[in-house]
Amino acid sequence: MPHHRLSFRQYLILAFVSVSVPLGDSSLARGMTRLPAISLAHPFTLIGAVFTPWIALGIALLIGYFASYLTALSWADLTFIMPATALGNVFVALLAHFWLHEEISWMRWMGVALITIGVAFVAHGPANTTPPGNLAHALGTGLENDGNLIGNPVEMERR
Amino acid sequence: MTTISNALLQPGTWKATAMIAAIVVTSSAGEVLMAAAMKSMGDLGQIRKRRGIAAVIRAVVSSPRFMGGIVFMALAFFSLLFALNHMDLSLVGPAAASLTLVTSTIAAKLFLKERVDRRRWTAAVLVCIGVYFLAH
Repeated sequence: MPHHRLSFRQYLILAFVSVSVPLGDSSLARGMTRLPAISLAHPFTLIGAVFTPWIALGIALLIGYFASYLTALSWADLTFIMPATALGNVFVALLAHFWLHEEISWMRWMGVALITIGVAFVAHGPANTTPPGNLAHALGTGLENDGNLIGNPVEMERR
Repeated sequence: MTTISNALLQPGTWKATAMIAAIVVTSSAGEVLMAAAMKSMGDLGQIRKRRGIAAVIRAVVSSPRFMGGIVFMALAFFSLLFALNHMDLSLVGPAAASLTLVTSTIAAKLFLKERVDRRRWTAAVLVCIGVYFLAH
């Protein structure tokens, strides 16, 4: 059974995947609410908004999310990363409660508990269950060529 | 009065189901295509170390599956905008987010041949219900 353990760097990338979306969305929301209302008659004011600090930070975080999400997909299963992404919602709820002192309903606390338990379930198992060879076979021709473009470092090291 | 007018504005069950299904199917297709593209390349971190960031970007952008993933994610985004034009965010957001988790798990098992054991199924269902609760 393929059993790929993650390194500290890979755990850091997963953590960034979890927190970057809620942090990025919050930065964008904070930046946009501070701006005066933008009307459809002057859409170019949106371009100016990109260069304000909060919105620039939000965009940087979301670009960082996409890069780290793609990196994570290159060494972990989709079914391993998806729950990790959902963990970001838990961080938001905890921040909202303990930092912003917002009221969290019991239903939301239930949501927090269920997501945390779900992530714990997945995190306990292997990160990657599909060796590149199996995937190429599963998806038919084409993938082998993609892989050969740059080679698969994990496989190369095994050899 | 507001509730009545809101209810009148909401589309029929079939229409609403179709709109949410469109988001769920396109999001899952995008995620699976992107995962297939990335899995085929191997550890991007290692590639960056050996060949530099330019090689990583070139490899990612030149992958047809990655571009297909981008197209489906764009379709998912526009399906979401369309649905938000007809329905409340409080319904569309949690329903789409949690159902996508389940359909992507099924798609990952079928198309990516991931080993979705009992532990991963339990996790997918728990997170799915959790996301729904959290969004309410």
